[in-house]
Amino acid sequence: MGEEITAWERVKIARGNTRPTSLDYIGKIFDKFLELHGDRVYGDDGAVVGGIAEIENIPVTIIGHQKGRTIKQNMKRNFGMPNPEGYRKALRLMKQAEKFKRPIICFVDTPGAFCGMEAEERGQAEAIAKNLMELSSLKTPILSIVIGEGGSGGALAMAVADEVWMLENATYSILSPEGFASILWKDSKRAGEAAEIMKITAKDLKDMKIIEKVIPETISEKIEENQEGETLEAQTVLLPTELTIENMDSLAKEMRIQILEFLHQYKNKTIEELIKMRYQRFRKL
Amino acid sequence: MPFTAKETKRNEKAKDIMNQQPQVPEGLFQKCSKCNEIIYTEDIIANYHICPNCNNYFRVSPRTRLSMVLDEGSFQEWDKDLPISDPLNFPGYITKLERLRAASNLDEAVITGEGKLNGISVAIGVMASDFLMGSMGEVVGEKLTRLIEGATKRRLPLIVFSCSGGARMQEGIVSLMQMAKTAGALKRHDEAGLLYISVLTDPTTGGVMASFAMLGDVILAEPGVLAGFAGPRVIEQTIGQKLPEGFQRSEFLLEHGFIDKIVKRSRMRAVLSFLVASCGEKKLEENEALFNEEDVD
Ligand SMILES: [Zn+2]
Repeated sequence: MGEEITAWERVKIARGNTRPTSLDYIGKIFDKFLELHGDRVYGDDGAVVGGIAEIENIPVTIIGHQKGRTIKQNMKRNFGMPNPEGYRKALRLMKQAEKFKRPIICFVDTPGAFCGMEAEERGQAEAIAKNLMELSSLKTPILSIVIGEGGSGGALAMAVADEVWMLENATYSILSPEGFASILWKDSKRAGEAAEIMKITAKDLKDMKIIEKVIPETISEKIEENQEGETLEAQTVLLPTELTIENMDSLAKEMRIQILEFLHQYKNKTIEELIKMRYQRFRKL
Repeated sequence: MPFTAKETKRNEKAKDIMNQQPQVPEGLFQKCSKCNEIIYTEDIIANYHICPNCNNYFRVSPRTRLSMVLDEGSFQEWDKDLPISDPLNFPGYITKLERLRAASNLDEAVITGEGKLNGISVAIGVMASDFLMGSMGEVVGEKLTRLIEGATKRRLPLIVFSCSGGARMQEGIVSLMQMAKTAGALKRHDEAGLLYISVLTDPTTGGVMASFAMLGDVILAEPGVLAGFAGPRVIEQTIGQKLPEGFQRSEFLLEHGFIDKIVKRSRMRAVLSFLVASCGEKKLEENEALFNEEDVD
């Protein structure tokens, strides 16, 4: 069924305002979560959340891009577009995870790193570059899951991982289709066409071996009772396009199982093995 | 001044190469794009491709750059003519690359290899701004990664002259992955205790700036270089206002603490020589570079 959705439709789904955000997944998948703040240099970036969580008594570090739903939330979250301090906070927490031997789980969901004056003044390029370099040899397992938009270097700075997974309708790209069309064809209105050619869907990226896993966006069966007390399945079959906080439970449950599998599998690897495999993962691309 | 004598010789040699490359048009005279002055092409070449009238830095081709920096005749190219990559089957991309390869004396937007700097072996990469705006796709990433890995294996200091519009759009996500690939290779070079000098030249933006260009032990820039994560037009669109004069230029980067030094083209070889010698066992024979008052800010 998912096959019928076009790449451009998935772009719109991935950007959807009601789609679950990093904090929604963190709340549903993990048993406990303590958020930690600040980059210790300049500030605390609302577009990136991070902290320590527990899953079946295993402590993990979690980092995620964070989007808002309302205008007010997005003022704080900057629409999920981090400034340099967001990347520096992420790196600080990742280094902490390495020190205390906690695996790292990243949720990727950003249109891209913020393109503003202050971002340049505080070294956006340096912050991203540093993350790429440090993550390449961080001595703890890293799993990145693209849950919505994986926009360019701003996404990659949290996806130099041992495995990268994507939700079925998430996208991961060099640039937005609008930007791509505007650069290569001088016409941002051809974004739909660009989306089809850019290979940005989970399936395309799995085929290209850029990612390891596609997570189907199964949604919780919506069972309702009618007034006579008969149980009937909801008349409208929800499309995967309509993943929301209300129906994300079965997906979150499945993600929990798969994350636990990842943690158990990577627990047995030596650090040398881990770093070597991570290097090779990007080296072959 | 032993450098000056050598430089002159090098520049004479550079003239032959210059005849084929587009930045300085063929012919006896040329109009400076900045001050509009008509100048002898020969005077520009003798002046490190800088306008003698207004000090405007003309962009130089990678081979000219190598001839200005390395010991004469010491450059040996690595990994030329790697196969073209077209992961998106992007319409017209292969034809465009083949045409560019034929028209320029470049196989891609970067030249890599080894050479000597005052007798000391270095691994060196130089990007070409006029090859698809110096954008980084798989071949550029692969050549640079092989350069870095080769330098790590042979324990060579590494120098990369960047100039790039960023990631190569036509190769999609594969271009993005080159940022992680080069950064990972640099981490190993770093852990091996080796020196990496990044030199920013005009312009360096996007995926190149947000990966290997900002990861040097020492980061240098030519004067007036535009370097940043987002291009000025993108920022202006995002914030809805004009950027101030000098925003994202070398002087701005120095002021904000992102580069170590602005180095004039005429002093680049001397400064690089000093840095390379200071991080290795072999000392410079001609270490006057250190005491040149031009290099003290
Ligand atoms: Zn001039």
